[in-house]
Amino acid sequence: MNRFSHAALVLGLFAVAAPVLAGGDDVVVEDAWSRASIGTSRPGAAYMTLRNTGAGPVVVSGLRTDLAMRSMIHSTTTDAQGVTRMSHMEEVEIAAGEAVALAPGGLHVMLMELQRPMVEGESFTLSVIFADGTEASVEVPILGIAARGPSD
Amino acid sequence: MTRLQKGLWAAVAVAALGAGALAVTGSRAPEGATTAASSVVAEFELTGHDGVVRTEEDFRGTWTLVFFGFTNCPDVCPTTLAEIAQVMDDLGPQADAVQPLFVSVDSDRDRPEELAEYVPMFHPSILGLAGTPEQIEATAASFKIFYERVPEDAAPDGYTMGHTSQVFLFDPDGGFVRLYGYGTPAPEITADLRARIDARE
Repeated sequence: MNRFSHAALVLGLFAVAAPVLAGGDDVVVEDAWSRASIGTSRPGAAYMTLRNTGAGPVVVSGLRTDLAMRSMIHSTTTDAQGVTRMSHMEEVEIAAGEAVALAPGGLHVMLMELQRPMVEGESFTLSVIFADGTEASVEVPILGIAARGPSD
Repeated sequence: MTRLQKGLWAAVAVAALGAGALAVTGSRAPEGATTAASSVVAEFELTGHDGVVRTEEDFRGTWTLVFFGFTNCPDVCPTTLAEIAQVMDDLGPQADAVQPLFVSVDSDRDRPEELAEYVPMFHPSILGLAGTPEQIEATAASFKIFYERVPEDAAPDGYTMGHTSQVFLFDPDGGFVRLYGYGTPAPEITADLRARIDARE
């Protein structure tokens, strides 16, 4: 089989698969940022917007980075009494054409057991793993410790 | 009474307080006029991140912004600290009239030394306050705030903390003025503080 027919076959498979289930290829990661840490003993957090440009829903099922031994999506909730708690999100679904914002006080990437300090001006690679096994990688800039958003 | 029950009662009190604060805003009644609002008092003896013991008396003559958290908190606490840092920058010369206080509810992990390496990184004007479990409990009772240890396998030392995330404002006489809900944008807090400082001058 020549190279052209290989490509045609791959394209053909993709065309069949795409409408059924969207994956990492359909997700655009925007405005990723994080705050500098002091040393490695405390957990860090990262924020971003995950936009699903595909025709089907995608499910985020995990995260991976060499910066932290464990990374997971946490949800911060504040109840009517103003008490704030965090909980681990096993999965986060993003509907077709929708975006999910990971922002302060809501969903965030929790970075635990930091392997090195998060230094302002540096960045780290974070892979977002989807339920279908695909991944989307993003370079997350590390901003100042008092940063309030991606443009700080 | 168990710690959980105490916490729940504190939560009820904060809810009542929230309703009171709304009533104050809605009717433009004099500050602190409602029973609920006046039941919040700042009474504490805690150690600053500079090692100096402080009580509420040390802050007479200055507006104080008091909020609670812990340094192992990756999301809410840095966010509030960053907002308050922005407020202090934006206040300019009027920042001299305002003292932000970050009280750690995590007495096991946050001693003055931990706060010293953490809190001033956000803004040099913010004072971190640490205490023994008893001191923190007494402080929480006075402010009527809620805090709890939440087991979390992946977190350092196997736990994280839930806590009241509003910011409390006290006037230079030590009287409770209002709460800023979590996530109140810095410009909103700055404008409110400016108006109050101007009105008192």
